[in-house]
Amino acid sequence: MSQKLVDSLKSEFGDKIVIINNACGDESVSVPGDSLPAVLKYLKESESCEQLTDIIGVDYPEKTERFEVNYLLRSIANKSRINVKVAVEEGMDIPTVSDIYKSANWAEREVFDLYGVKFRNHPDLRRILCHHEFEGHALRKDYPIEQGQFLSAPEKLIDDIEYHGGAFRADEVKGEENPFDLLNVNIGPSHPATHGALRIEVQLDGETIVKAKSEIGYLHRCFEKEAEDHTWSLVMPYTDRLNYVSAMLNNCIYASSVEKLLGVEVPQRAQVIRVIVSELSRIIDHLVCICANLVDIGALTNYWYFYNIREGIYYDIIEPLCGSRLTTNYARIGGLSHDLFDGFEDAVEKHLQKMEVAIKEVTGLIARNRIFLDRTVDVGVLTTNEALSHGFTGPCLRATGLDYDVRKHAPYSGYEDYKFDIPIGENGDTRDRIMVRMEEMYQSASIIRQGIKKLTPGPITLDNPSISLPPKESVYGSIEGVMNQFKLISEGIKVPAGEAYGYGEGANGELGFYCVSDGTGQPHRLKVRPPCFPIFSAFDEIIEGLMIADAIAILGSINIIAGELDR
Amino acid sequence: MAVALDNPSNFMTTRLRQAINWGRKYSLWPLPFGTACCAIEFMSTVSSYNDISRFGAEAVCFSPRQSDLLLVAGTISYKQVPILKTIYAQMCEPKWVISMGACASTGGFYNNYSTLQGIDKIIPVDYYVAGCPPTPENLLSALVSLQDRVQNEGLIPSEERHQQIIR
Ligand code: SF4
Repeated sequence: MSQKLVDSLKSEFGDKIVIINNACGDESVSVPGDSLPAVLKYLKESESCEQLTDIIGVDYPEKTERFEVNYLLRSIANKSRINVKVAVEEGMDIPTVSDIYKSANWAEREVFDLYGVKFRNHPDLRRILCHHEFEGHALRKDYPIEQGQFLSAPEKLIDDIEYHGGAFRADEVKGEENPFDLLNVNIGPSHPATHGALRIEVQLDGETIVKAKSEIGYLHRCFEKEAEDHTWSLVMPYTDRLNYVSAMLNNCIYASSVEKLLGVEVPQRAQVIRVIVSELSRIIDHLVCICANLVDIGALTNYWYFYNIREGIYYDIIEPLCGSRLTTNYARIGGLSHDLFDGFEDAVEKHLQKMEVAIKEVTGLIARNRIFLDRTVDVGVLTTNEALSHGFTGPCLRATGLDYDVRKHAPYSGYEDYKFDIPIGENGDTRDRIMVRMEEMYQSASIIRQGIKKLTPGPITLDNPSISLPPKESVYGSIEGVMNQFKLISEGIKVPAGEAYGYGEGANGELGFYCVSDGTGQPHRLKVRPPCFPIFSAFDEIIEGLMIADAIAILGSINIIAGELDR
Repeated sequence: MAVALDNPSNFMTTRLRQAINWGRKYSLWPLPFGTACCAIEFMSTVSSYNDISRFGAEAVCFSPRQSDLLLVAGTISYKQVPILKTIYAQMCEPKWVISMGACASTGGFYNNYSTLQGIDKIIPVDYYVAGCPPTPENLLSALVSLQDRVQNEGLIPSEERHQQIIR
């Protein structure tokens, strides 16, 4: 499918397009910086590439055109993807594409922040993850990983002329039509309703939000820099902490992304187990998201109903399975760390039944509850087209009525063999987002049950000494085993040089890992495509014009997990 | 302490310090400064399975003016530093700090340009809880240890420990 895109580009732009052959099945073309907007516009309008998935910078210090910026585009209608590359010299700039795809706005800011690549005519080219007093560009290969920089004071988000020291001093506002009615309120980063470290500054007229600006980066933990500093397999525990509510999903998707670059497929049993634990994770994530969202709009009872189910799954399934409740570190490149425990199937079935009862109870409490409906119906509406332009995926996109789900569109781990539906919403409002998640939990339960039926005995890791660790008997019993283990641990898995974008359906949407290997045991570049990031970039736009209390309800329903948002 | 002299069986004596500290230790109001994964385990500690209210600390309060136990749960980035300092300064005396998890205590396995290598570089800490994340049981045990400490403290908190913000 993607080949068609490349051909069409070639015929439209001729010599400007250089085709790059990629072994991993991702079509890539390279274009000069100045024709980038034209190419992207063409792809969007003529080839229906509705979505700019992500923009990825890569640093090659030894090249003259030191930075490479990758634009990952997707056409959901045609089920195809293409990667457009632009090479940039240090100090040069490239035109922005934020007027073509809204998701480019924040993505370009991130590339600017971490690499120092400038985007011409960008509406708001500021740092996004590092703080505003930060000097240098952190992901450049010559920036030392341990060089921290203290910050003296937080940044003002709404300009000085409108800003009046937090709140209650409206008399200092100048230049507004009706300055005395406006009030600036700062929400976060330590606020019960933000569920994590984010900050939103809003300007209120009464209770209506006139203007909103959000700031992220409070939980920037440098996943990507740490990844470049570790071997491929040692990155696994860091992936736990991206979306820490559904760590298993991150593990499995990361492992399958690296496997894509390695060109291997894990054994059948490992695939089935991955599907089962991923879906369990999805259920946990949705439970926590919905119950926290409902607490925000005053429905506390549901929190206890749902949170207990989650605790049960953690104590009875996840902890016996991998020794830890939250940070699982379960998958391995080439398989899994260990097999299921005895009685796994029964424990899962028991908790699925409990979960179904809880969903029924909570649905009974909210589905026709007047307060709930008043707070959520037609609040925070987003149309499908806007959502696509912002780069939405996952439940938030499906709530707008589009049935895009990576598990169906580009099946991985054998998802094509499972029967399940993709629940969609109608209006894309807060209620739809909650209800889509509710329904998805039923679907996940059905996938888990099908998976358990598919479980057959067999190996759980690849039998490939250059990828999987040898069995313990061989490590303790033979010199080859010891050597093999030693080399794999100290040097890492030698992933062949190349690039691949592996992705799967995370709890919040498409979670992707863009892996660039230079043939050593460590990633040259590992970029996460977090589902939250594009979703949160739309938040300001969604809440402007609404009431402040609605902003809180919407924030809960788009499920922002700071670990994944800021990485 | 009420003293009813006409009824000798109806009074007890104690020291003011002990009576007040007894009250303080069983009514700690935690302010969860939760930023990351550890905050999720804090949620578990509060929820019904582990139920922090058995120890009198269920009044989770996000207002620093009203709380006396700062529970730093999660990674603190340099971007958070001014905020954490402000929140600590806003809390009234007496106040205590629990650093929950490897990240808050030492930076954990994030030794990089964005992560503060332990909150004790900027504010004083009373208890460190090990783990990544610590289990709810671990956190509860830290709370109980802190209660012991609160019981044995002076009436007026010692100046040098609480007044200064280190950096
Ligand atoms: S200590 Fe571990 S679990 Fe806690 S915030 Fe840090 S990485 Fe997350």
